[in-house]
Amino acid sequence: MSDTMLTHPLVVGEVGPGCKKVDPIVVADGVTRTFGGLTAVDVAHVEIPRGQITALIGPNGAGKTTFFNLLTGFDKPNAGKWSFEGHSLARVPAYRVARKGMVRTFQLTKSLGRLTVLQNMLLGATKQPGENMFTALFKPLWNRNEDEITVRAKDLLTRFKLDAKMDDYAASLSGGQRKLLEMARALMSKPVLIMLDEPMAGVNPALTQSLLGHIKELKSEGMSVLFVEHDMHMVRHISDWVIVMAEGKVVAEGPPDQVMNDQAVIDAYLGAHHDEDLGDMTESNPVLEAKEAAAAHAAEEGRH
Amino acid sequence: MDWGQILNSAAGELLSPVTAAYALAAIGISVHFGYAGLLNFGQAGFMAIGAYAFVVPILSFDAPLWAGFLSAIVFSIIFALLLGVPTLRLRADYLAIVTIASAEIVRYTVSTTALTDVTGGAAGLSGFNSGFNAINPFPSGTYGFGPFTYTENQLWVRVFGWSLVILASVLVFLLMRSPWGRVVKGIREDEDAVRSLGKNVYAFKMQALILGGVLGSLAGIVYVLPRAVQPANYGTTLTFFIWTMLLLGGAATVFGPIVGAMIFATLLTLSDGILRGLISADIITFISGTQAGQIRFMIIGAVLMALVVFRPQGIFGNKKELSFNV
Repeated sequence: MSDTMLTHPLVVGEVGPGCKKVDPIVVADGVTRTFGGLTAVDVAHVEIPRGQITALIGPNGAGKTTFFNLLTGFDKPNAGKWSFEGHSLARVPAYRVARKGMVRTFQLTKSLGRLTVLQNMLLGATKQPGENMFTALFKPLWNRNEDEITVRAKDLLTRFKLDAKMDDYAASLSGGQRKLLEMARALMSKPVLIMLDEPMAGVNPALTQSLLGHIKELKSEGMSVLFVEHDMHMVRHISDWVIVMAEGKVVAEGPPDQVMNDQAVIDAYLGAHHDEDLGDMTESNPVLEAKEAAAAHAAEEGRH
Repeated sequence: MDWGQILNSAAGELLSPVTAAYALAAIGISVHFGYAGLLNFGQAGFMAIGAYAFVVPILSFDAPLWAGFLSAIVFSIIFALLLGVPTLRLRADYLAIVTIASAEIVRYTVSTTALTDVTGGAAGLSGFNSGFNAINPFPSGTYGFGPFTYTENQLWVRVFGWSLVILASVLVFLLMRSPWGRVVKGIREDEDAVRSLGKNVYAFKMQALILGGVLGSLAGIVYVLPRAVQPANYGTTLTFFIWTMLLLGGAATVFGPIVGAMIFATLLTLSDGILRGLISADIITFISGTQAGQIRFMIIGAVLMALVVFRPQGIFGNKKELSFNV
């Protein structure tokens, strides 16, 4: 990325596209996917660090979501292999990938509309005895498990401030609440790596703040996070590592500040004026402003 | 015109074995469409499979009654697998196309002349009911009252048919309140989301397809128990009758298919009786009795359209569930 040798505590050797990580959770090699004449993904080598928040960025059409789909088994590559925690995942169906602890969300939220919010959550739990068609007939065989996961679901809903909506149909939630529900539902399966496809898309600034907080919490609970995002300031705020894709390839990676200051990345993939119209978010933080206003108000009240 | 007679025969349809068969078949597509979101437009095919797989072993191989039931269940499972294996990995529309075509293939196959020895060709099969009537627990006599007056064999086939309907309803109720039912309903909403949560969507869809198909084949048995097997009965019309009943009652409900079937069968007989009565009383002079038989289907078609427009959730459905455009 520059002339001098760059190192980083997460990395073995020099920082650069496809560099080796000290403790990778996902390792992908030679993954390609073509749609007719178009090569959507052509990743030679990439490693996702464990226990960190990794952002996958790049312009529209860079192949980020396709790469997501390939890693999680929702799409089949033309070639390549990749592993998760040392187990090969090539040609493993999507549901098995999820069972191994690599759980994803979708760019367009997929809340299950005509199920209640709580039912959405319960669906996320794994290894439910009542999901076998024959044990399902006998409630005593799955009742206890159901109670356990209901408690866990309610805890998560409280954490994501959706507990009041528990018995409503998921279709009645707002777009932002659906994003929260989808993330909470993914957590029901106790993932090792959670993959969020544009978690902030279409979410208002106040809710973005709380989403960011939730993502940071995931890391503090020991989960690894990989997310696709367009908003560079979000990426700068929460990610420990940034991987840049363009035209299907990994073109740069590194810690956020370094990647974002890389002039080549900025010009080629983020646009030369990337800082100007997106700058509002950090300069004026509505939640912070509201809090400051409230504090000032409280101080004034105190004086009277 | 004899109103008493018309109402009597319409009321008789309420509990008739044909209505029980309709209800069973409707419960089958309720599992398919109402809960799992599978578009099965070939329920008549499952009913035909059930009827023939039940009757042929009894007539051709002198098989006992239970073997007939077993064969109907086994063949409907095989049929479901044949339909499901190639299509359930694809989008929902493909299953719809394949089922509608397969049901027709079944109907043409059983009526082909090459199989006349086994299936009776276009004439169908009859004379298989003695084994069923032989295990009739009711002593001979007349039972019931008014329009519900039955001989012992008529009573037996009704009790048997409706017991199956109740059993099927209880089974579906138990399954749908369980985590299994939750997964299946999740698949109806968005199968990729369910897949991303570690559920083997394909296996759940296959199980739902088989369950509904087996219920369809049992419906086929109840349908033919009091009479003969007629291949012409298993056309697409039968499938769409059953869909009408299901939508009338409410797709993802326990009682919807049963009440839908009862209302539909009663209305069908009632409208026929009234039209024919009006014609024989010379009140309606511009159509013949044969035409009346066709016109009632036009009326029912109009009723179905009105239903879908004004009450899309059916009689028992939850309006709230449908108020979302998902």
